Parts: sequence; C-alpha cells; structure tokens
Amino acid sequence: MLKIQGLYKVFNPGTVNEKLALRNIDLTLEEGDFVTVIGGNGAGKSTLLNCVAGVYPIDRGSIVLDGIDITKMPEHKRAAFLGRVFQDPIMGTAANMGIEENLALAYRRGQKRTLKWGITNKERALYRELLGPLGLGLENRLSEKVGRLSGGQRQALTLLMATLKRPKLLLLDEHTAALDPKTAQKVLEETDKLVKEGNLTTMMITHNMRDAIKYGNRLIMMHDGQIILDIKGEEKKNLTVEDLLSRFGKASGEEFANDRVLLS
Amino acid sequence: MLDILTGAISLGLLWAVMTIGVYITYRILDIADLTVEGSIVMGAAIAAKAISNGVNPFAALFLALFGGMTAGFATGLLHTVLRIPALLSGILTMIGLYSINLRILGRATLSLLKLDTVYTVFESRGMDRTSSTILLGLICVSAIICILYWFFGTEIGCAIRATGRNPQMVRAQGVNTNTTKILGLIISNGLVALSGALIAQNQTFADLQMGTGSIVIGLASVIIGEVLFGKKNFMSRLISLVLGSVIYRIIIALVLELGMPANDLKLFTAITVALALSLPVLREYLYPVKNSIKEGN
Ligand SMILES: Nc1ncnc2c1ncn2[C@@H]1O[C@H](COP(=O)(O)OP(=O)(O)OP(=O)(O)O)[C@@H](O)[C@H]1O
Ligand SMILES: [Mg+2]
Repeated sequence: MLKIQGLYKVFNPGTVNEKLALRNIDLTLEEGDFVTVIGGNGAGKSTLLNCVAGVYPIDRGSIVLDGIDITKMPEHKRAAFLGRVFQDPIMGTAANMGIEENLALAYRRGQKRTLKWGITNKERALYRELLGPLGLGLENRLSEKVGRLSGGQRQALTLLMATLKRPKLLLLDEHTAALDPKTAQKVLEETDKLVKEGNLTTMMITHNMRDAIKYGNRLIMMHDGQIILDIKGEEKKNLTVEDLLSRFGKASGEEFANDRVLLS
Repeated sequence: MLDILTGAISLGLLWAVMTIGVYITYRILDIADLTVEGSIVMGAAIAAKAISNGVNPFAALFLALFGGMTAGFATGLLHTVLRIPALLSGILTMIGLYSINLRILGRATLSLLKLDTVYTVFESRGMDRTSSTILLGLICVSAIICILYWFFGTEIGCAIRATGRNPQMVRAQGVNTNTTKILGLIISNGLVALSGALIAQNQTFADLQMGTGSIVIGLASVIIGEVLFGKKNFMSRLISLVLGSVIYRIIIALVLELGMPANDLKLFTAITVALALSLPVLREYLYPVKNSIKEGN
C-alpha cells in the first residue's frame, strides 16, 4: 500500500542549524497494516509522517502510495488519499466553525469544491449517525462551534473527520498525547475500532510503549532518523516493554530517551 | 442637525461596502490587508475616468469592481506564490497602485461635475442627493450581504472561512489554501473598489489621496459593529458591519459639529481604533480576572 524508498530529509541545509532528520528510510506497508511508531525525542517520527503527508518536500528518495508516486505531489492533492490527526487537538479542526461544518469540509476531502451548498440535510443525518457511537453527545450539538469542545471531544471529532472519507492511509501523530489518561484511552479504543472496521492502513506514533505493543499488527522504532526495529506478526504479539527496551539498547547502543515515554 | 444625520447615514452606507471588504480579509482570512488603501482609489479612478469618457455610470461600477479584484489578485499572488508576508504584500500592491491610479486619472483629481452618475438617475425622478444616496446605498449593501451570505455557505466559501482559522487543517482536507486566500483577497478588494466608485460618484470627483487611512476607517467600522452588536451568526455580523460603518460616520459628523478641526480627523480615528484594539488588554488591566477558570474560546 505504501512504499517508501531511500528517503532523506534535511532541515535548514547549509546553515549552522542543519539537521539530517531522516536518513535512508525504507518502509513498505501492506494493505491493512496497523503500524505503531515509537522512538526517542527528535528521532524523526513526526518528520516521517509529515513527509508522507507532503507538509515539506523531501531531499531524496520516493514515496509511492497504492501505486501512485506522490513524492512530488503538493500537500493538498495528497490529502485526497490521507486521513490525518495531529497531536494538538486545535490543529485538526476549525474552531470558528460548527461541528457539522467541520465534518462537511472533511466529507469533501479529495473532491473539487464547488458553489454548491457547503452542507446538505442528508449529510446532517449521516453525521448524527456517526457521532452517536462516540458517546460524547455531539450528535445533538451539530451546529455548535468546535472551539467550545474539550480537547478529547475535538480529537474524537478529528478522528471521525480523518476516516469520514475512507483514506488509503491514516496518519496519527501522538493524537492522544494531549489528553488526560482516561480520555486518551477512549480515543485510542475508538481509533482501534475505526481502523479495524475500515481495514485501514495506519501509521500511529505514540509515546506509550504499552499502547504501541497493544495496538496494531506491526511496530517500528525510530532512532536518529532511522528505523532501527521493525517487529511484526507473532513476534509483535508476544512483545513486552522490557523486550522492547533491551532490543532498543542493542540496536542503538544507547539508553532509550524520551521524556514523555510511559513505561508503566 | 437632521441633515447632518442623514448625510452621515448615506456616507456610512457607501463606506459599508468597503467595511465588508475589510472584514473579509481582517476577520475571515485573518490578514491585515493594506491593498485597500490603493484599491479604494483605484475603484474611484476607474469609475471617474470611465464616466468622463461617456461610459454608463452603472457599468462604471462594474469596471471598478473588476479593477479592485485584479488588485486583490496581485496581492494574493505576492503573498501565496511568492510567499511574501501578507502585510508587506499589501503594502507593495498599494504602492504600485499609486502609480497606476495616477495613470488612470491622468492627474491628481478628476471632477465628475455636471456628468451623469448613478445618483442622478434617482435625482431625475425627483429625489434629492442624500435620499438617492441612501436608497442606492441600501440596495448595494443588501445585494452584497445576500450574495456573501450565500457564497460563504458554499463549499468554496466554507473552505475560505476555515483557511483564516486553520490553514493546516484546510490543506489536510485537500484544499489549496493559496487558492482560498487569493479568492478572499479578490472578493475583498473588489468590494473596496466598488465602494470607492460609489463614493467618487457621490462626491463627484476622484482624488488620488482619498484612500489614505481608509484601512483604519474600515477597521474602526468593523470593530464598532462588533463591540455594539456582538459576534453572533454570520448574517448578523454582516449587518453589524453596515451599522458599524454608519455609526462611525455619525460619530465623525458629531465631533466635527462639536468643533474638532477636520485635519485632526485621521488622528482621532487612529486613536479610536488603537483604543478599540487594545480593549482586551485594557479590560484585563481595569478588571483583573478573579476567577482563572475560563470556558473554552
Ligand atoms: N520544521 C523543522 N525545522 C527544523 N528542524 C526540524 C523541523 N521539524 C523537526 N526538526 C528536527 O528534526 C528532528 C526530528 O524531529 P521530529 O519532530 O520528527 O521528532 P519526533 O520523533 O517526532 O520527536 P518527538 O517525540 O519529540 O515528537 C529533530 O531534531 C527536530 O529538531
Ligand atoms: Mg513528534
């Protein structure tokens, strides 16, 4: 489904702040793969997802999604194939617009915008139906401004928006990191459900090792711009946090360092 | 006294068209667009030149609208494709327009005295200048409000509204934010130029200097509307812009009546806007928040 080959990303080339953020990344995802991504501070996890999403151009390599070469495709064009949820709940929605208006924007992802009415009554019924199972009561507040929602509610809404039109690839960048533990769990469960129901190919960055092990069928660990571990299948199912830490130590020759990683 | 009031109302309605344009960039796109200082003159210049060349005064309005749109397009290209900061892009277009406007006018001031304008059509039916201005102003403003209310409810309009608040999210939803920003700037400056054309025909001349400070007048009107009528739904916000513009003109008429020299008007307006923009800070200072728990924005 996704084939990344020889990907390099340099920030601020030719300056004192030059930073090689991704070095020679090769990664192939099969259809339906649910990959959790873990790694220390500044390992390049977000950069990898942002390169796939087209937030910045890459310096070398290629990205092919479902047979389409998207290496040079601008961000808004790739968006047709991608669902994205960001770490900051504010990033995923437009606060000045209603819940239904945000959903309507997402419903038209990858479609040409026209002078047709921005939202139809038929859609409203659909949105109500989809919001109900979230259990947040949002289905009765369709026209309420998103800015009035809590972080967890906004993240659940963004998740729904990202999957409203089935994406070829779902990109989640620590999308529960800003939420309290209970809400984070709820949003994660919802994520797992959506991914399974839609058989969505997914990359999920998390700083919680337990979650990285618990969810998905594959785990990759990044360090210093490289993928240093790629664990799948049975091996992934039997993985423990201790395994993961010791394998990280062997692969990188360092202690695992991420001030936000939860080991407990 | 009544004369002063009706005069202020009529002028306020013509400037309301410009205020709506300023609102689109300042509030919807979240851009302080200085292009307006040039595009309002451009609208006036185009209309004046066209009318003095025998063009129908109503057709002249459309020419002005079109001219303003190209000015907005220029700023949009500078800002998006060439990635020049919005404020600077607007200044560049504004400066460039000064020369263009001088070329259109051919001199610093072009008079329309004794020529037909959009207002003489009504005057020939027995109305005086003020009431014909109010009537035409109301027609224009209502038409614009209806069209914008529709437009910002469409798919494209919704994408433009979201762009001002969260461009990253809009791109993630597959919309080219360069296009939405350019569209917003085009519509805004088209309206500003239309306003300039209406004003020029009303005062029966176009003047190269008439745009100076217009951005501040626009902002003052937007803010007065917001402070007095709140930020409710989109329709009431559009109407509050018109009321804001009218009230601004009434305030100006009053302070002039109270003896303030006309030359101090711009200083007065600038101070008023500065005060209005610093209202949140002033409020914090005057009434410190006792309870730090706030509702989400
Ligand atoms: N826009 C940018 N400009 C310059 N440098 C950047 C930029 N984005 C990331 N970097 C740098 O690239 C490296 C990788 O950053 P990235 O955000 O991908 O890390 P991460 O793995 O997501 O880390 P974290 O767990 O802290 O989110 C870091 O050294 C970072 O400082
Ligand atoms: Mg990150």
